[in-house]
Amino acid sequence: MSHPPSESAGAAAQPGQGSLSAPVIEPGHTFASVTDKISAIVLSRQSPRSWFVGFAISFVLLMVFLYATGYLLATGVGLWGNNVPVAWAFDIINFVWWIGIGHAGTLISAVLLLLRQEWRTSINRFAEAMTLFAVACAGLYPLLHLGRPWVFYWLLPYPNTMGLWPQFRSPLVWDVFAVSTYGAVSLLFWYVGLIPDMATLRDRARRRVAQVVYGILAMGWRGSAVHWHRYQVAYLLLAGLATPLVVSVHSIVGLDFATSLLPGWHVTLFPPYFVAGAIFSGFAMVMTLAIPLRAVYGLEDFITLRHLGNMAKVMLATGLIVAYGYLMEAFFAWYSGNEYEWFLTINRALGPYAATYWSLIVCNVAVPQLLWFRAVRRNVPLLFVIALVVNVGMWLERFVIIVTSLHRDFLPSSWDMYYPTVWDLAQFAGSIGLFLTLLFLFIRFLPVIAIFELRELVHDTEEGHA
Amino acid sequence: MTLDPTRRDPRAPAPLARAGEAAGGLAPGNRAYWRSLEQLAATPEFRSFVEREFPRHASEWHDVSGRRNFLKLMAASLALAGATGCVREPAETIVPYVRSPEQAVPGKPLFFATATTLGGYARGVLVESHMGRPTKIEGNGEHPASRGATDAFAQASILSLYDPDRSQTVMFRGRIDTWDRFLTTLAAELPGLVNRQGKGLHLLTGTVTSPTLADQIQRLLGRFPAAEWHQYEPLGPDNIRAGARLAFDSDVDMLYHFDRARVVLSLDADFLAGMHGSLRYARDFMQTRREAAHKPGAGAPMNRLYVVEPTPSLTGAMADHRLPLSGGRIESMARAVAARLGVEGFDGAGEAAEGVWDRWLAAVAEDLSGQRGAGLILAGEGQPPGVHAVAHAINGALGNVGRTVEYIEPVEARPRDQRASLADLVRRMRSSEVELLVILGGNPVYTAPADLEFADNLSRVRLCIHLSDYYDETSFLSHWHIPAAHELESWSDARAHDGTATILQPLIAPLYGGKTAHEVVAALSGEAQRTSFEIVEQHWQERLESQEPGAAWRKALHDGIVPGTAAEVRQVQWSPASGTMDDALREDQAGDGEPVEIVFRRDPTIFDGRFANNGWLQELPKPLTKLCWDNAALISQATAQRLGVANEDVVELHVGKHTVDAPVWIMPGQADDTVTVPLGYGRWRTGRVGEGLGFNGYAIRVSDQPWTARGRLKKTRRRYPLVTTQDHWSMEGRDLVRVAAWDQYERQAGHRQPNGDAGGGDAGGGPAAQAGHGPAAHGGHEPVSLYPEYPYEGNAWGMVIDQTACIGCNACVVACQAENNIPIVGKEQVGRGREMHWLRIDRYYEGEGDDVAGLLGNPQTFFQPMLCMHCEKAPCEVVCPVAATVHDHEGLNEMIYNRCVGTRYCSNNCPYKVRRFNYLQYVDEKTEVLKLLRNPDVTVRSRGVMEKCTYCVQRISAARIDAKKENRAIRDGEVVTACQAACPTQAIVFGNINDGTSRVRALKELPLNYALLDELGTQPRTTYLARLVNRHPRLGAAPIAGAQRGERDQEGERTGT
Amino acid sequence: MAQLFHPSTNTFSKATIFGGVFILAALAWLWSVGIRSPYATGVDVVRDQPVPFSHDHHVRGLGIDCRYCHTSVEKSAFAGMPASEVCMGCHSQIWADSPLLAPVRESFRTGRPLAWTRVHDLPDFVYFNHGIHVAKGIGCESCHGRVDQMPLMRKAASLHMEWCLDCHRQPQTFVRPLDQIYHFGGQPHADGDDLVRQFGIKKEQLSDCWICHR
Repeated sequence: MSHPPSESAGAAAQPGQGSLSAPVIEPGHTFASVTDKISAIVLSRQSPRSWFVGFAISFVLLMVFLYATGYLLATGVGLWGNNVPVAWAFDIINFVWWIGIGHAGTLISAVLLLLRQEWRTSINRFAEAMTLFAVACAGLYPLLHLGRPWVFYWLLPYPNTMGLWPQFRSPLVWDVFAVSTYGAVSLLFWYVGLIPDMATLRDRARRRVAQVVYGILAMGWRGSAVHWHRYQVAYLLLAGLATPLVVSVHSIVGLDFATSLLPGWHVTLFPPYFVAGAIFSGFAMVMTLAIPLRAVYGLEDFITLRHLGNMAKVMLATGLIVAYGYLMEAFFAWYSGNEYEWFLTINRALGPYAATYWSLIVCNVAVPQLLWFRAVRRNVPLLFVIALVVNVGMWLERFVIIVTSLHRDFLPSSWDMYYPTVWDLAQFAGSIGLFLTLLFLFIRFLPVIAIFELRELVHDTEEGHA
Repeated sequence: MTLDPTRRDPRAPAPLARAGEAAGGLAPGNRAYWRSLEQLAATPEFRSFVEREFPRHASEWHDVSGRRNFLKLMAASLALAGATGCVREPAETIVPYVRSPEQAVPGKPLFFATATTLGGYARGVLVESHMGRPTKIEGNGEHPASRGATDAFAQASILSLYDPDRSQTVMFRGRIDTWDRFLTTLAAELPGLVNRQGKGLHLLTGTVTSPTLADQIQRLLGRFPAAEWHQYEPLGPDNIRAGARLAFDSDVDMLYHFDRARVVLSLDADFLAGMHGSLRYARDFMQTRREAAHKPGAGAPMNRLYVVEPTPSLTGAMADHRLPLSGGRIESMARAVAARLGVEGFDGAGEAAEGVWDRWLAAVAEDLSGQRGAGLILAGEGQPPGVHAVAHAINGALGNVGRTVEYIEPVEARPRDQRASLADLVRRMRSSEVELLVILGGNPVYTAPADLEFADNLSRVRLCIHLSDYYDETSFLSHWHIPAAHELESWSDARAHDGTATILQPLIAPLYGGKTAHEVVAALSGEAQRTSFEIVEQHWQERLESQEPGAAWRKALHDGIVPGTAAEVRQVQWSPASGTMDDALREDQAGDGEPVEIVFRRDPTIFDGRFANNGWLQELPKPLTKLCWDNAALISQATAQRLGVANEDVVELHVGKHTVDAPVWIMPGQADDTVTVPLGYGRWRTGRVGEGLGFNGYAIRVSDQPWTARGRLKKTRRRYPLVTTQDHWSMEGRDLVRVAAWDQYERQAGHRQPNGDAGGGDAGGGPAAQAGHGPAAHGGHEPVSLYPEYPYEGNAWGMVIDQTACIGCNACVVACQAENNIPIVGKEQVGRGREMHWLRIDRYYEGEGDDVAGLLGNPQTFFQPMLCMHCEKAPCEVVCPVAATVHDHEGLNEMIYNRCVGTRYCSNNCPYKVRRFNYLQYVDEKTEVLKLLRNPDVTVRSRGVMEKCTYCVQRISAARIDAKKENRAIRDGEVVTACQAACPTQAIVFGNINDGTSRVRALKELPLNYALLDELGTQPRTTYLARLVNRHPRLGAAPIAGAQRGERDQEGERTGT
Repeated sequence: MAQLFHPSTNTFSKATIFGGVFILAALAWLWSVGIRSPYATGVDVVRDQPVPFSHDHHVRGLGIDCRYCHTSVEKSAFAGMPASEVCMGCHSQIWADSPLLAPVRESFRTGRPLAWTRVHDLPDFVYFNHGIHVAKGIGCESCHGRVDQMPLMRKAASLHMEWCLDCHRQPQTFVRPLDQIYHFGGQPHADGDDLVRQFGIKKEQLSDCWICHR
C-alpha cells in the first residue's frame, strides 16, 4: 500500500484517476482555508445540533457505566453472569475488544508516519484520540473484573510490608506492563502532536479563558525553527517508540490465552493472529468514526475517498489474515489429534453457542470480501456498514474464543452455560458511552485534524500545481 | 447463609402455584438443564434452545438483593477500596477464664463421644469442641453402627444445632409463653388424669429406642393405665416388621453380615445408604470388595450384587446387575426366584419368565444356590410384607440364617404397626376421646398420611402439647409448643441397629432453652424438677454395675457405647401366617390422566423433611439427580417421551382424591410407568431456608398404600425451574472413570509385579492394562518436561480414591463443608453454576448401545469424587499474577485467600474445575450464632477470593507441629482428611506417598491406580483406583468405560502441555 | 496582541515538569516510611489495661517464669492468659487490698472475667503457633522484646509479614538453645546453623505460605 509521496503529490495534479491517484486533499485549499475550516470546529461558539444529540446519548450511557460500576464495587462480580467454569466472559471480551480497537490509531500515526504515508495526516489525529480513549476503556475492565478491585496494586512490583512480589510468570502481570506502557506512550505521542495546533488555537481564540487554556497546553510554542526542529525529532522518536508497541501489546494479550492449557486457548498462533485482528477492528472503528465525522463537519476535502479506500484495503488484508487464523485453529485441532481440541472445534460450530460462531464467520470473513471491489471501496455508506459489521464480528470473535472454550472443557461434569446479565450489558454499553463521550469532547475542544500537517500537504499540492 | 434472595425471601423461588409466570422465560433457574438428555434425543426444544443465544437477559432485575441499600453498600465498599492501605485494626480484647476448667487447653479442641439419631436409631459420633463450642462431628470407631464413619445427616446436624431458625421459646396458642406457665397448666391437668386413670391421655412419639425414655413412658403408663402410647415414623419399618411377623409370627429385627456374603440379592433394599445400620453395612459390603481388589491373585473372593428396584438407589448404582422393575412386580419376581431355588411352598410361583427375565433369574438362582450360607436376600422397607416373607424363606432355605443374616430381639422399645397406631389415634381424635395429646418430636400434621386428615382432627383435641425443634406445621396447630433441645444439647440415650446403647451427652448448654422428651415426660409424671441429666444418669447408674461408683458410667460416656447392650440373637421358626402372603395393590378407578405407579421414597438429602431448614443438606446435590433445593417427580425417559413431558414440566399427581403438583425430572434407570416421589419437601412452616421449596409428597400418600400407590399423572402447561450441579451425564467417551471386569483384572493383575509397570507396556486395552502404569507417585505417565523434576524429600502428601468402594453417599461432601467453613449460596446462585463445594461427586452414566433407550433405560452409574488434585505441575499456579496459589515443599498446592485479588484465571486454567470463587459475599457474617459454628483453624473467606480443597491443611499442620515437637516423623494415618474420616466405605485414603509403608503408597502401586487427565502432564497427587465390576459370565460383560482408549495414552505425550 | 503569560511562567512550568518526577518519588518514599512507622504499626504504644500489670516487676523483679501465667505456651497455639484465680493465688496474700487489684478481686468474686486489651494482634488469616516456636528455639524475647523491662506491656515489633519472613528465611540468626527460651537479654547465639540442624528445622519449608496461612 505504500507509495512514494512524490507520486501521491504528483497524482494530486490529475484528480479522479483511480483511488491510487485520488488526492489526499482536494485541490483549491490554501493555508488559511485549511486553518479556518478546522479550527472553526473548535472555536465556533455553537456546535451543530447533531453534536449535542450524540453527546447527550453518550453522556447518558456514561452515567449507566458509572452506576453499573458503583453497584459492581458494592456487591461484587457476582452481578455478572460469570460462573465456574466460565470465570471470564464479558469483562475480558470487552477488554480485548477495546485494546484491539486502539491499535489502528498507533499504527496509523506511528507506522505510517515512519513509512512517510502523507495520506495518514488527515486521519491520524482522531485515530490517536480514539486509541487513547479505547485504551482507557480497555484498561478499566481488568480492574473491575477483579474479585477484590481495591487491591489491584498488588499486581505492581513495589516494595511492600508483605515482602512479596508479583508472580512474573503470569501473563496477567505482563498485561499490566504492556497496557500501561501502551497507554502512556499513546498519550505522549498524541499530546506532542497536538502542541503546534494548540498554539494555533491559542492565537486564534478570542475568549480569554480559551487563550489561557490553549496557551498552557501549547507550552509556549512560538513556531520558531528550533521549535519545529525539536518537534520533528521528538515526534519521530516517539513514533519509533510506539511502533513496536503496535505488535507487542496485542501479542501479550494473545499470550494471556496461549499460555493456558485450555483447549481453544492453548494455540501458538494467537499472538500474530490477535495483532492482525486488532488492526482489523481498529481500522473498522476509525472508518466508523471518520465517515460520520467528515459528513457532519464537511471535511470531505480532507478525509477523502483515498483515505477510506486505503483503510478499506488495510481491513481487507488484515481480515484475510484473521480468516487464515480461524482456518488454522480448526486445522491444528484436527491435525493434533487431541480429542479435547477437536471436540472444542465441533462444539464451536455445532454446540449451544454455534450461532455466535457462524455470525462471527459471516461478519469477519464473508462480508469483508466485498472490499475486493473498487465500487464498494468508493461507496461510503456501504463502507460504513461494513465497518460496523466488522466491529461486531471482532467482538463475537472474542466471545467465541473466551466463552465457548471455557464452557465445555475437560470434564463433562463441570460443563455449564454462560448467560450475560443486564449488568454485563450495562457495563458494556456504558464503556461505549465513556468512549463516545470522550470522543465528542475531543471533537468539540481539540482540532480533529492536524492543522499544521495539512498545511504542509497544501504546500506540497501547490508545488504540484506549479 | 448467603446474600441471595432464596434465603432473604422464603417465598422465592416461586412455589409451584406461581411456577407459571416463573417459567416466563426469564426465571432464574429456567435454563436448559434438560439439555443433555434432550440433546441426546435431539428434540426440537433443544434445537430451539441452541438458537436462543441469551435466554436470560433481564433476570437480574428481579433478584438483585438489596438494591435499596445500594448507596450504603457502595459507600462502604468505596471507603474500603480507598482505605485498605491505611486502615488500622480495631483494638481486640482477650478474656481469660476466672477459674480454668479441667482438661481444656485454650486453642486445642476436645472430643466427646455421643450419638446422633435418625428415625430413632443411633449412630455413634465423636464431636469436636473448641473452647466449649461444638464445631465438627466425626464417627466413633468403637460404635457398631459407625465404625468411625458418618453420613451426611450426622455431619449436617451440627448446622441444625446452631440454626437461628430453631424454635427459641415456649408458645401457647401462637403467643410467646414460659416453661413455668406450661408446668402450671400441666399440673392443673394431672389430678383429673389421675382420677381418670389417665384416660384421654395420648402420647405420640417417633420410633423409641431410648431405654431411658421407654422406661419413663412405661412408668407413666403404669401410673395412668388407661393412657395410650402411639408411635409414628413417616419412614417407619412397618413392612419389615410385618414381613417378619408374616414369616415367623413374632417380632424380630434382622442383623445382616455383608462381610460374610458372596452373593447379595436386594429386592428394592437400599442397604448401602437407606437403612438403619447402613453405615456399617456399606463398610462390611465394600470390605470384601476392597480386599479382593487390593490383593489381585491372592484368591480373595469378590462378592456380587444383584438389585431389583423400581427407582435408582445408591445400592442400585453399585450393583453388578440391576433390573429396573415397577414396585408392584417385585413380589412376583421374588417368588419366581424362590421357585427356581426350589424353596418349598413356592414351586411354580411368580410370573412366567422370558427374555432378560429368564437369563436374570437363572443367573441369580445359580449364584445363590452355588453360595449356600454365603448368599443374602433382603427386601426394602418400601416393599410389602409378602416380599420380606419370601426373602426370609429363601434365606432360611439356603442356610444363610445365622451366617449372613441373624434374627435379633427388636431394638425398638415397643415394636408396633405404626400406621395402625397413628390411624387409631386419629380415630380417637375424631371421636373427641383425646383429652390431652402429647406429641414428643415428629411433625404429624405434615407427615401423616393424607387420608387421615390429621390436621382437621387435631382441632378436636382438648389440649395438645407439641415438643419440637422448629415451630413447625404441627406446633402451629397445637395449643402448647415446647422448643426441643438439639441432640448435641441434651442428655439422652439411644440404641444402634444391633441394639448397642449409647449415652448422649450434651456438648453445649441449650442455645435456645430447649427441653428434652425426658423432661416433658417427667413433667407429665409430676417430676417436673428432674433434669434430663438426673433421669438418664439414674437410669444407667441403676443398671451399670462397677467396682467403684460411677466408673462404668464414666467409661460408657467416654467410649460412647454401653458394653453388653447389644440385642440377643433369636432362633426363629419359619411359620408363615397363611393367606396373607400377597397384598395386591388396589387399582385406582375414576378420574382422567395417565395411570401410573407412584413410589414414595425418603429424600436423599433432607430425609422425611426434618432437615428441611438445613442449608447444607438443601444445597447438597441429590446423589443421582444432582438436583438441589427441590424435589421432583422422577420418571423414566421412555415414559417421559410417551407422556410428552420434559424436565421441569409440572404435572398433577393424583392418588384417589388426593392430588399435588410436581415438576418432572427424567431419571435414567427408572422403571417405566413408575413415578418416584421423594418425600420431605413442600414445607410451609419450618424456617427461612426450608419453606416454599419443592412439593409435598405426603399430600398424596395414603395410609393403605404408603410406599407404592396406584395413581394418575396429568400434564399441565406450567413449568417449574429446578437447579442441578451437573448438567451433563455422559463421559463423551473420555477416559474419566476407568472400569475393569473383576475376572479379567484378576487374571491379568494376578501375575504382575506390584508397581504395575507391566501394564504400561501392552496398551492392548485390557482393563488392567489401562488401569495401571507409571510411577506410583503419579499413577500415570513418566512426566514430559523440559525442567528437572523437583525432588520431594520428607512428606509428599497424596490421596487415592477407590471408585470401586465409593457409593456416592455424599457424607464426604458435607464433612468437607463442615470442616472448612464452606458457605452455601442458595438455589438462584446454584442455578448460575456458583456452588461452593470443594469436594463434589461427579455422576456419569454409561450404557449398552448409544441409543437413548439403551443409555437411559438401565445405565451403569459411576461416581467420581472430584476435589483439588494437588497437581505437582499445577496449571493454576503459573497464571496467578500475585502468587496467591503456589506449591509448597510437601507437594501441596497452596491457596492463600488473603493474597487473592480474584482474577479467576486459576479457575479457567484448572482442567478439573475444582476451584470455587466467592462471586458475592456468601459467608453470612451478620448472624452471630453462626460464628460459633465455624472451624477456628480455617480462614473464613470473604467475597472476591478463590478457594478450593486444601487436603485439610489445618489437620496436616496440627500433626506436623505435634510430630516436630516430639522430633519424629508424622505417622501414617496420623493425618486424616475430613472426607476420608467420614467415608463409610474407606474409599478415600490419604497419606505420605514417600513413605514406602503407607497405605496410600500401597494403593498407588496397584495396577488399578490411574491419574485423571494424565495426558495433560499435571501429575496430580490425587489418583483413582479403577472401578471393578463383577458380572455374571452369562449376563454379558460389564460396559468398560474408556475401554476403547487403547492408544490414547500414547497420544497423551503429544497433548502433554 | 498582549502577552498571555508573565515570563516567570516559563521557570514555573520547567520546574513543575522536571520537579514532578522528584515530587512523586518523595511521596512514594514518605508512604513506605509511614506504613512502617509506630503510628501505623503500634510499636511501643502502650494500651490501657484493666489492671496496670507490670511484666518488669513480675519477671525481672520477682523472677517469675513466663509459663507460670502463660500456661499453654508449650502445648498450644495460644500462649494462654492467667485465669483470675492464678492472680489471686498470690494476691490473696500480697497486696490483698491494693486498689489497683480491685478489678481482679472483683472478677474472682463475681466470676466475671477480666478483659485485657490485645497488644499483639495478628490478622485472623495468620495462624501463629506459640508451641512450635518455643519448642524450636525461638525465645519470647525474639518477638516480644525485653518484656522484662516493660512496666506496661507494648509491642516490640511491627509484626509485618516482612518481619516474620526475616526469621522464617534465616532462622539460624534467631534460634537459641532451649534453656534460653524464657530468658531475656541473652547474647545472639553463635552457632545458629547447628541449632537449626539439631532442631530439625526445614528452612525451605518455613517460607511455605501454608505454614502461617490456611
